[in-house]
Amino acid sequence: MIEAQDIRYSYANKVEALKGASLTIKDGEFVAIMGQNGAGKSTLVKHFNGLLKPSQGKVLVDGVETTKSSVAALSRNVGFVFQNPDHQLFSETVEEEIAFALKNFGFKPEVIKERVTWALNLMSLTQYRKTSPFLLSGGERKRVALASVLAWDPSTLILDEPTIGQDHEQKDKLRQFIMQMQTQNKTVVTVTHDVEFVAECNPRVVLMKEGRIVADGVGKEILTDPALLEMSSIVLPQIAQVFMKLAPLGFPKDVIDIYEAKAAILKAKESIRLK
Amino acid sequence: MAIIETKNLTYTYPGATKPSIVDVSIKVEKGEFVLITGPSGCGKTTLCRTFNGLVPHFYQGELKGEITVAGIDTLKHHTYEMAKHVGLVFQNPENQLFALSIEKDVAFGLENVGVSREEMRRKVDWALNQTGIYDIRERSPHEISGGQQQRVAIASVLAMEPEVIVLDEPTSFLDPLSAEKIFEVIYKLNKEQGITVILVEHRLDLTAKYTNHLIVMDQGTVRLEGDPRKILNSEETRLIGVGIPKATLLYQMLKKEGLNLGDTTPLSSEELADRLLEALKPQ
Amino acid sequence: MSVFDGLRFRKVHSPIHNLDPRIKFVYVIAIFVVAIIFYQIIPLLILFLMQIPFVLLARVQRQWLRSLRGAAFLATFIFVVNVATTFFTSGYHFTAPNVENAAAMTLRFVVLIESFSVFFLTTSPDHLGLALEESRVPYEFAFAFTTAVRFVPVLAEEAQTIMDAQKARGLELEKGGLLKRIRNYVPVLIPLIVSAIRRSLELAEAMESRAWGATKKRTNLYALKLHKGDYALVAITVGILIAAVYIRLYVPIPTIASLL
Repeated sequence: MIEAQDIRYSYANKVEALKGASLTIKDGEFVAIMGQNGAGKSTLVKHFNGLLKPSQGKVLVDGVETTKSSVAALSRNVGFVFQNPDHQLFSETVEEEIAFALKNFGFKPEVIKERVTWALNLMSLTQYRKTSPFLLSGGERKRVALASVLAWDPSTLILDEPTIGQDHEQKDKLRQFIMQMQTQNKTVVTVTHDVEFVAECNPRVVLMKEGRIVADGVGKEILTDPALLEMSSIVLPQIAQVFMKLAPLGFPKDVIDIYEAKAAILKAKESIRLK
Repeated sequence: MAIIETKNLTYTYPGATKPSIVDVSIKVEKGEFVLITGPSGCGKTTLCRTFNGLVPHFYQGELKGEITVAGIDTLKHHTYEMAKHVGLVFQNPENQLFALSIEKDVAFGLENVGVSREEMRRKVDWALNQTGIYDIRERSPHEISGGQQQRVAIASVLAMEPEVIVLDEPTSFLDPLSAEKIFEVIYKLNKEQGITVILVEHRLDLTAKYTNHLIVMDQGTVRLEGDPRKILNSEETRLIGVGIPKATLLYQMLKKEGLNLGDTTPLSSEELADRLLEALKPQ
Repeated sequence: MSVFDGLRFRKVHSPIHNLDPRIKFVYVIAIFVVAIIFYQIIPLLILFLMQIPFVLLARVQRQWLRSLRGAAFLATFIFVVNVATTFFTSGYHFTAPNVENAAAMTLRFVVLIESFSVFFLTTSPDHLGLALEESRVPYEFAFAFTTAVRFVPVLAEEAQTIMDAQKARGLELEKGGLLKRIRNYVPVLIPLIVSAIRRSLELAEAMESRAWGATKKRTNLYALKLHKGDYALVAITVGILIAAVYIRLYVPIPTIASLL
């Protein structure tokens, strides 16, 4: 469980990035943290593995205050996947890349071997075991970065802007991957501004603006509130845009899922036909 | 008159095992707004770079086939000559700006060509105004947002007054709101200045409505080309893995269930909403 | 490092900031030359005090003092070495003239450092880049300079991100002996270097696409024009040089010891 209690954070140049944010994430939840660039999303999640320590307030991970623990110790349970895989790749082979964190965390060599094979399989990278990560394509490098974090099996996964530069297929696979993590009862926190992606996943949504949390709740309620979205400079998902215009006909306003949309429209058509 | 014409264009990067583009033959008319899309690795980035000669001059390797841009054979001319006719805007906003102030960046191309200071001043101010960044012209590139940086990149290409502007996934790193602003700027340049635009994008939900010439690529070849309304309706497009706008998908799903919403495929939420309001009017 | 603080630029507008960097540079070279001509403490002291009006006019006192503090360590070292040498070579005596000499050498070093510090504190990288462009230095060098300055904050941020990313994989940069610590930086250096290479490639693409190399006769959006202040500085510089040469050749300079 991750708890942020009224945290404030200022960067070295005196810019206050977090102005009192409180949040509780229970085990197994899937949370999307959204907001404009500069709203404080990345700053907030960097507190969850101790990369940043609050200037005021407390952050507790599984009951332990982050100020009383090192980033390495916290990372053991909270895996952070950064936006750009090229910011971590440095090894000669994919195998070594995935083993890096395992070695740092003090896993035994036999366990490391097992875990590396498991992670390679999970991310469909087995054929690249001995390949240099620098020779792989952009999408493949992203999978290597993901594999290297999954290898040590953290109970919480933080994904920072995982959809940037991804095409449709890749985003689909990402969504399925997150669902898979959920079935294993992992907590998944993703920082994103991709509204359509969030609409498809329908997680809990935490909306931020200028260092504060302005909304926290059910995805479809928040993503269909035009006042909220305008205030935080987010666009409505396309389906929601359509239903916003259909409101005068009595349609529900909180539709973001395409299948729900279809059902609602067909029902309305039926009832008109029957009149 | 075709401003870009390619015939059987094939290119392999030096050291690559297979070609990035194969037998690409396309024709772009002056003033068009062309949208190129396709899954990662389909060759759209390589194709963009043939338009101003980066392929093959910068990347070396052999470019087979024919290509004419603004009447010039790119194989026989330097990239710096092509720069006056074709502007290229890249994906990463940060790595396209090298000067210490925005207006100096916008002037960079003109300085390289040796334009006089008075003329340069005029063109730079014009480009800054067209992209809505005149007020921040003295700031440094590091102080501004990604969306503003991309507008600087567009302005710096625009200042050369090219006939064609090519944009390779310019909004990848931007949030949807900033992305929309960029598309509006580009669309305005196309409509008001008559500049031919070639936009490479994944986000069809935001961009399909601007174009009537869509090119879908996959594995180095052009698979579909033409009216986006027809292309986005086809099964082949879905199989290639292109991200079809949700509004279009919903229209297709409803049509399958027998709901008649018109014959032309809607490309935006507004279009679909209008059709639905029509179809669901109490009789 | 505080000595580098003196070299970093501040965005301030003052009459000194607005002076043409080329003229300022000539002034600094003149000070350099004068500092070398004299070995007596009194003229060097005067030279040092002459920097102060510039520092005050430019409102960079705090940064300048910080750079002085930074230079203090090396200055003390020079002083001690000088005194020690004369102590040992003159038969284990401390004499007033020798100490004064050592102080003069130290002051000469300080004057050199501080005049350059004032130069860099009052000249923006933009201005410096422009001066380089307008001088006879090949454009490639001026461009390399401004591009490097432009990307310093970007690289710094990236280095921080890379360190964060590796820390999140259990890398502990503070632990271990010297050798281990150096090895621990490999996962930070390699991504940084690879990223720098990738960035250079993207920059080169952008440059080529904007007609880099189209003509050898590049023009410039900006122009450095000389103003009244610049001419005044030229006059001051020439005055100082003439006075210095005259005094050196014809005026005997007393030591402080002899005046007491």
